[in-house]
Amino acid sequence: MATCAVRTVSKSAPERATTLRPRVDIFETSQEFLLVADVPGVNPGDVDLRFENGELTLSGTRTGPRPGAFSRSFTVSDVVAADRIAAEMKHGVLTVRLPKTETVKPKKIAIQG
Amino acid sequence: MNRVCQGPFGALLEVQDEVARLFNRVAPFTSATASGPQLDVREDDHAIHVEADLPGVDPEKIDVTVTEGDRLTIRGERPAPAIEGANWVRQERPCGEFLREIQLPAIVNADAVGARYENGVLKLTLPKHEAVKPRKIPVNFAN
Repeated sequence: MATCAVRTVSKSAPERATTLRPRVDIFETSQEFLLVADVPGVNPGDVDLRFENGELTLSGTRTGPRPGAFSRSFTVSDVVAADRIAAEMKHGVLTVRLPKTETVKPKKIAIQG
Repeated sequence: MNRVCQGPFGALLEVQDEVARLFNRVAPFTSATASGPQLDVREDDHAIHVEADLPGVDPEKIDVTVTEGDRLTIRGERPAPAIEGANWVRQERPCGEFLREIQLPAIVNADAVGARYENGVLKLTLPKHEAVKPRKIPVNFAN
């Protein structure tokens, strides 16, 4: 099912106790999934985003007067074109674009007549 | 809720997790409705330093006021994401208007407040009023 293509992963209690878990919004359009995470106080260079074995993990560290580590993982199904995942940061918000593979995008089929 | 704890400190860490959750440390942006943004207040001899986590807020739309010398108000609005043709899959980030009002630990010079917005954090430097700055008092030794 398309709405289950990007899901959060629950981590064990010890792991969650030592790292902050950023809040996220996830949207779906016909072309892509959008994952938006609040990471205030984090420099863009201190964010690590990786995709491995169908799991997308965003992690990093906050420096300055309120230091800390954050991490959060999501399972991503094969409807996402993993090689085209892109991300940008602005005003302490990380936006990750997960484009859908060509096969799952809706296509308009011309009717001959 | 089913939780897996590993090692002898598992239970302790779980308690820490609960405590952290109570103090909203798990989320960098607290409820935008009643409590407003999470903020830290530090003080040194010369100024009070306030940091508020306001990710995704247009800095032009953050309103900071100091009234009666020691009441700080931070208000603004974080708009709901508007993406054409998008369906929500998950929504955790609060949006809408926020307001936070706090009593500062000292009277400040409201005309000299410095404000910066950096990586989604509002950083305020509020110089203390001359009258409340600590003063070194010379001690005269009488023989």
